[in-house]
Amino acid sequence: MAQIFATESLAPGFADPVHDSQASFRAALAAFARPGRIERVPVSPGIAAPGSLGRAATAFALALLDLDTPLWLSPSMSGAAGYLRFHCGCPVVAEPRKASFAIAGGDVPALDGFDLGTDEFPDRTTTLIICVESLRTGGAVTLSGPGIQETASLSIEGLPAGFWQQRVELQAMFPRGVDIVFACGDELAALPRSTRIKEA
Amino acid sequence: MMDGTSATAATTTGYNFAYLDEQTKRMIRRAILKAVAVPGYQVPFASREMPLPYGWGTGGIQVTASIIGQADVLKVIDQGADDTTNAVSIRKFFGRTTGVATTERTIEATIVQTRHRVPETKLRDDQIIVYQVPVPEPLRWLEPREAETRKMHALSEYGPMHVKLYEDIARYGRVTTAYDYPVMVDGRYLMRPSPIPKFDNPKLDMCPALQLFGAGREKRIYAVPPYTSVKSLDFEDHPFTIESWDEACAICGSTESFLDEVITDDKGGRMFVCSDTDYCGERRKESGDEPA
Repeated sequence: MAQIFATESLAPGFADPVHDSQASFRAALAAFARPGRIERVPVSPGIAAPGSLGRAATAFALALLDLDTPLWLSPSMSGAAGYLRFHCGCPVVAEPRKASFAIAGGDVPALDGFDLGTDEFPDRTTTLIICVESLRTGGAVTLSGPGIQETASLSIEGLPAGFWQQRVELQAMFPRGVDIVFACGDELAALPRSTRIKEA
Repeated sequence: MMDGTSATAATTTGYNFAYLDEQTKRMIRRAILKAVAVPGYQVPFASREMPLPYGWGTGGIQVTASIIGQADVLKVIDQGADDTTNAVSIRKFFGRTTGVATTERTIEATIVQTRHRVPETKLRDDQIIVYQVPVPEPLRWLEPREAETRKMHALSEYGPMHVKLYEDIARYGRVTTAYDYPVMVDGRYLMRPSPIPKFDNPKLDMCPALQLFGAGREKRIYAVPPYTSVKSLDFEDHPFTIESWDEACAICGSTESFLDEVITDDKGGRMFVCSDTDYCGERRKESGDEPA
């Protein structure tokens, strides 16, 4: 174990695990309840982002992952494996379909490769966190559905081509699907599977 | 601190913040996020034993314990009242295990935990309402097998519930369900709104607040996100209606709130008063009728 302590994987987690987890979860809950709205995660100052993980994505992972949640990391996020294993105790799996949480960057693979659940148990699905280059409201993609009074819109840079088309195709499978969190710096926005999208 | 809230003096030592351990909270938080992502679907969760019996709101308490933070202001109601046994016990429980401020005023609360009522005061989009649920499965009295009801939800096969309502109309001329009246959430899942009177059902529709439902004994969590369609089941020729009264509240005079009938003596004396004590009290304050 001694050599783990010598590497960057010992970057600190939450300074106050109880209240930092709660605050990070509430930001995530607010985002899930209002898709398309950008929430700032009140992360504690000491928290460091390992690899290419932003602080909001790190806080989300620290708040929700543990030994019960197999995690899949895309190649661009693999640098965070040691950190998340150490702080969360989560198993890291090689196949996206086996993961209850997945973290990816611009190299997010095909969405139907994740665990989409079953019609009987639509809760047993992958939650996908995508670390993006920029995240703003307004713009390209129009959202509607539960949590949105009329419509919302998001403008995101750093997604692979064809991403929105894949997401639109998944809508027909509701209640199966993937819940997505976009994270950028200290901010995140959610795109639960119940949200219906339209590309401008 | 705002008027009307009270900080709890002494918190109990030896327990984690909000009683539950952190791993349990993470498990419940993950279930809540899935519940919000699939509105109306009942997410199974590993409900814990709580220091009060099933039937006293263990599901609601576990949900509240998993979302509450130091900055929250908590209101707890039981049938609309802040001062009944269940509400007082739960408020004290969170006071002692979290030290958060509590309030009896709906407008000051960030989290409202409720047993069987929705406050008369319209909820805002920065509030969360947590319902205590005894039986989460709307089809349970029609189909006792969990494997079957699960399949019925998967297929959106809700015909038997319409038949049940129709049989009521055929026999009695109207739907006789007065509380826990079944609703469709976002046009997809049939849901029990918990045993709220059907008077409160319209408040769930397009509600600006996030609504979370916890059933401890039955180990289910479900949710209705803000601004989500919640429609009470009905028929074109028998539209859904809510209760109405000929009387007004004997204390505040409201003709718009849900009224409880209170027996006052053994000679047939009775009065009707608002079930929502905060709403009734605020109306009396506004009219200058508040007792000193």
